[in-house]
Amino acid sequence: MTAKTPSKLERVLAAGHFAVTSECGPPRGSDPTEIVEKAELIKNHVDAINITDNQTSVCRTCSLAVCIRLKTMGLEPVLQMVTRDRNRIALQSDILGAAHWDINNILCLSGDHQSFGDCSKGQNVHDLDSMQLLQTVRLMCDEGKFLGGDDIKRPPQMFAGAAANPFADPFEIRVARLAKKVEAGAQFIQTQCIYNLDKFEEWMKGVRDRGLHEKTAIMAGLTPMKSAGMARYMKNRVPGMDVPDEVVKRLADTPKEKQAEEGIKICIESIQRLKEVEGVRGFHIMAIEWEEKVPGIVEAGGLYPRPEV
Amino acid sequence: MIVGEQKPLEELWETIKGHKKVLVFGCNTCVAVCQQGGNKEAEILASMLRMKATQEGVDMEIQDSGIERQCEHDFFEKTEARVEWADAVLSTACGIGVQFMAEKYPKPIYPGLNTTFLGAVEELGVYTERCQACGQCILAQTGGICPIARCAKRVMNGPCGGSTKGKCEISKDVDCAWQLIVDRLKLLGKMDEYEKLAPIKDWSSDRAGGPRKLVREDVQHDS
Repeated sequence: MTAKTPSKLERVLAAGHFAVTSECGPPRGSDPTEIVEKAELIKNHVDAINITDNQTSVCRTCSLAVCIRLKTMGLEPVLQMVTRDRNRIALQSDILGAAHWDINNILCLSGDHQSFGDCSKGQNVHDLDSMQLLQTVRLMCDEGKFLGGDDIKRPPQMFAGAAANPFADPFEIRVARLAKKVEAGAQFIQTQCIYNLDKFEEWMKGVRDRGLHEKTAIMAGLTPMKSAGMARYMKNRVPGMDVPDEVVKRLADTPKEKQAEEGIKICIESIQRLKEVEGVRGFHIMAIEWEEKVPGIVEAGGLYPRPEV
Repeated sequence: MIVGEQKPLEELWETIKGHKKVLVFGCNTCVAVCQQGGNKEAEILASMLRMKATQEGVDMEIQDSGIERQCEHDFFEKTEARVEWADAVLSTACGIGVQFMAEKYPKPIYPGLNTTFLGAVEELGVYTERCQACGQCILAQTGGICPIARCAKRVMNGPCGGSTKGKCEISKDVDCAWQLIVDRLKLLGKMDEYEKLAPIKDWSSDRAGGPRKLVREDVQHDS
C-alpha cells in the first residue's frame, strides 16, 4: 500500500506500522481552551485525532472548526461527518471547506438518531447515507467532480474512512456490509468499541476470508471502562454495544476505587491480543472525557513512540 | 390508506369556541377505517363538543354530517346546504380533505385530526406506517420493505450500527427495517441483492422537489 494523499494517518498505515488514533469531542460552547488542552494531552501518542460531529446528537461546536484549530496547532485531524444534519450541498461544501485547510482525513457516518440528543424535536436530513457519503468523497477526490457533474478546481485529497460495528445485528451481514463500505471507497475503518474479543475475531475471520483486510485498513476501536457502572450502562443502554458478562463481572469484583485502573488494564490487554489478529492495522482509542489516560494506554500497549513518517 | 388521529377535545374547543354555527364534518373513507374521522366519529365528536359548549355556558349550535371523501368534488353535492348553514366547519378528514374544503368554501375550515401517516391496519386498533410517497419506489430492491418509511434514518444501505436484536436504536418497540429486509431477502433467496450499493437517491420526486402533480390527459379527455 502506498499513500495517495498527504494524510499522515495514511502514510503511517502505508509504512506498515500500527496506526493509533484517538478522538475528542468539541465543546458545548465557544471557548477553545478545553479542546486545545485535550489535543495537547494526546498529540505525541497518536497519529491523528478524530473530532466528533455532534455526537449523540447533542449540539456542540462544529467538527470542521475544531479540525481547523488542530490544523493550526500542527496536528492531524480526522473530520467526522454525519449525514444526519446536512444535505448533499452542505456535505460537499464542508468537504471543500476541510480541503481548503488541507485537512486530509474524513470519517463518514450516518450519526446517532436525533432523539438521543438535545434537539429531539428536530428534523433529520439523511439525504445521503454513510456509504453514499463515502462515494461522494471518492468522486470529489478521485475524479475531481461534484455530485452534480461539474469539475472541482483543486479537488480535495482525503483519506476516507468509515465506521464498522461488528457487534450489531444481524451478525451474518456484518462482513457483507463492510464489503459494501469498501466498495463505496472506505480506505480505513474504525470499529465500534470492542469488548467481546471472541466475536470480533470471528468477524475478522470473515473479513479475511473475503480479503477485505487487504483493501481497507481496519483499526480496532477501544474505550476503557471507568467503572462497573459504566460497563453495565454500555451493556444495557447503548445500542449496538456488546459487553460480555465477564467484563462487567471483572470490574464489579474490583474494589470501587480500583475499577478505573482495572478498566485501563482490560483495554491494554485487548490491544495486546488484537495486535496478533491478522488484518488489524491499528487502534482507535476513544477515551470518553478521559483523554489524559490515552498516553499511558498507548505506551503500555507497546505503541509508543509513534513513528515519524 | 391515510391514517389520522383526533386532536384533543380541548384544542378543538379552543379552535371553534368563537363561532355560533359549527358543522363537524366527517370523511368516510381512509380516516373512517382507523375510526378517527369517519361520519360516525364526526357524530360522536359533535355531541362531545355540544356537551363542552353547555358546560362552558357558550351559546353555540353544533351539527354533524359527512361524505364519502372530502378530496373529490363530486361527493360534496348532497351536503352543500349543511355546509352553507355553518359559519365554520370542523373537518375530520385528513389534511387533504381539510384543504380541499377550504378551497371550495369561503369560511373557516378547521382540522379535527392530526394526519399521521400512510399506513396499514396491522390489527384492529393498530396502524403502522408503510410508505412516505417518495415518488420513486425502491421496494423491488429491498425485499418489499421500505427503508425510507420504516428506518428512522432512512438508511439506503443498512442496517446501521444501532440495530439490536431486530429492533431500532430509537426504541425497543420499533422493528429495524433493515433486519426485516435482510430476513426477507434471505427468505426469497436474494441475499446477493444485499451487496449491491443503493445509488444516491433522486429526491426531486419527493417533497423536496416541491408540490407534486400528476396529470393523466387520457383520463381527462375521456370524461
